[in-house]
Amino acid sequence: MTPTYQQPTERGYYGQFGGAFIPEMLYPNVEELRQQYLDILADPGFQQEYQLLLRDYVGRPTPLFEAKRLSEKYNTRVFLKREDLCHTGAHKVNNTVGQILLARRLGKTRIIAETGAGQHGVATATVCALMGMQCIVYMGEIDMERQKPNVYRMRLLGAEVRAAMSGSRTLKDATNEAIRDWISNPVDTHYIIGSVVGPHPYPDLVARLQSVISEEMRKQLLEKTGSELPQYVVACVGGGSNAAGAFYHFLEEPTVQLVAVEAAGHGIHSGHSAATSVLGKPGIIHGSRTLLMQDEDGQITEPYSLSAGLDYPGIGPLHAFLADSGRAHFISIEDEEALRAVAELSRLEGIIPALETAHALAALGQLGAGPDDVVVVNLSGRGDKDLETYIKYADSIM
Amino acid sequence: MNRIKDAFDKKQKNLLNVYFTAGYPSLHDTVPILQALSAAGADLIEIGMPFSDPLADGPVIQQSSTVALQNGMNLRVLFGQLAGIREQVPDTPILLMGYLNPVLQFGVENFCREAAAVGADGVILPDLPLDDYVAEYQPVFQQYNLRPVFLITPQTAPARIRRIDELTDSFLYLVSGPGTTGGASTQAEGVQEAYFQRIEAMQLRNPRLIGFGIGDKASFQKACQYAEGAIIGSAFIRALEGVDDAPAAASRFVASILS
Ligand SMILES: Cc1ncc(COP(=O)(O)O)c(C=O)c1O
Repeated sequence: MTPTYQQPTERGYYGQFGGAFIPEMLYPNVEELRQQYLDILADPGFQQEYQLLLRDYVGRPTPLFEAKRLSEKYNTRVFLKREDLCHTGAHKVNNTVGQILLARRLGKTRIIAETGAGQHGVATATVCALMGMQCIVYMGEIDMERQKPNVYRMRLLGAEVRAAMSGSRTLKDATNEAIRDWISNPVDTHYIIGSVVGPHPYPDLVARLQSVISEEMRKQLLEKTGSELPQYVVACVGGGSNAAGAFYHFLEEPTVQLVAVEAAGHGIHSGHSAATSVLGKPGIIHGSRTLLMQDEDGQITEPYSLSAGLDYPGIGPLHAFLADSGRAHFISIEDEEALRAVAELSRLEGIIPALETAHALAALGQLGAGPDDVVVVNLSGRGDKDLETYIKYADSIM
Repeated sequence: MNRIKDAFDKKQKNLLNVYFTAGYPSLHDTVPILQALSAAGADLIEIGMPFSDPLADGPVIQQSSTVALQNGMNLRVLFGQLAGIREQVPDTPILLMGYLNPVLQFGVENFCREAAAVGADGVILPDLPLDDYVAEYQPVFQQYNLRPVFLITPQTAPARIRRIDELTDSFLYLVSGPGTTGGASTQAEGVQEAYFQRIEAMQLRNPRLIGFGIGDKASFQKACQYAEGAIIGSAFIRALEGVDDAPAAASRFVASILS
């Protein structure tokens, strides 16, 4: 099997990135998953259940909306892929629906997850409620504070939310705690990772489960523009799952420019940033060799972004490869620019985006797209969870 | 020279292996603690190379790692501190334990060369996969006479245990049960014993040390019924918390286990 952008090697490598750098305690679980995930995903019974849930529970296909006023402003044709209209308000549920079905087939009864913005935690708690499974979500203490509504949503859905108190008390630390939980509960537990990160096969598994986004885009673009292929696909990157899903079916289409947008926080070189593709060097985080923000001793540095979902010191190994090979173009957007993009979309199109998503929208002015170009922005989530932040920064937004 | 083998030849059972984090409680405690442990009768010593995100470690070693990093510990400093250690601690095997990323950034070959130069005998990197070790690092480990130690857990399949045994020329690190370091065993009565006995019955080439959750004389002695010895980490780190005289605390701790 020759590796492509879509398909890592058998050991999970995209170029030099990927692999499974895990302690022995995790080996049996990760190996079981590696041996079975492709067969399970290809199984007609699995596909039938998965597709039915995507349609009747998640609400797919999500619309591709031509944003006329935004298009006018940027003098290009902008389409929004409305992942914010998925049940639970973000793309994250595409992955959790698939993984919960997989967990059941593996005979697991207890589910753990990490969450940053809380969207993946909510999406996991949701499918656990649906399937009647126990659910424990790890969330950084700082993130529990800044994404409070999602903490309450998870609890209402029956999940237990456990605060991660170490390090910067954000997404990285929540992921550490989830991995430690899995080490302590190797038999009955499945870990539903929320992005295209972690040891192989997770990056490929999550990318495949999110690839429905670009599968739908192609059909919808054909209908609306006469061509399946746009000139640009733009998505924000925390770990990179919504971007992986939006890019997936365009990866091998060289005419489509893929634009990945990272969080620059207070500025790329301010010391308060999460722009991993610029600041990172190859290293190992959460079982994967990827681009990683670290000091010269190989200690992982604490990232920063106002957006809890982008506040992560690594990126998925697929994205590290896309950055390294030049297949995708990486842009970073500061907190302030993202906040302005929240107001812009709200006022021009009547859609309040998530703060993560706003980073992708803020990149519209930097693409150099022409009036005849078709630009698809993956609208990964809605802004309800960020309302408190938007109120706090009302002065800079409005 | 194989200090690890010599230690097991000399003592065959009840071997005590003590782990501590380099640069904890203060930066320059590394060597005094090492000397005190050896003098008090520890049979092997693991020096933890602190890492910002130690996935296999519980809260105690996480905390000691954070403090050590704040104190300024890194591999360069550690090798500087350990230079000449073999004049003071000639025989006790020293193993370096940590995570792969700091070693990769230091350079694996540089790391092996420096480790060998200060007289380290073995290396434990829990997140270095077996296949990657064989494919990429075995030759350089062997060139510098550094012996890797791999972990075995209750879930490790028999064929994999055999393979680990084949690749090992030191000892096997038997993780006592599911959990991170310092965690108390939550297993039902008898489950742990069955696991230890299952491994014992495999008649492996290498001696075994049981680690994770061993913390006092009673748990040490119990572990020693099923293996050549045991490893204590978190409980020792806890014994160093807030003390004025770390070497004295180290001597007292070893005495409390072996007396
Ligand atoms: C709406 C939304 N978009 C994007 C992200 C970032 O994650 P990823 O890069 O995996 O898509 C998150 C994460 O919480 C999110 O909630």
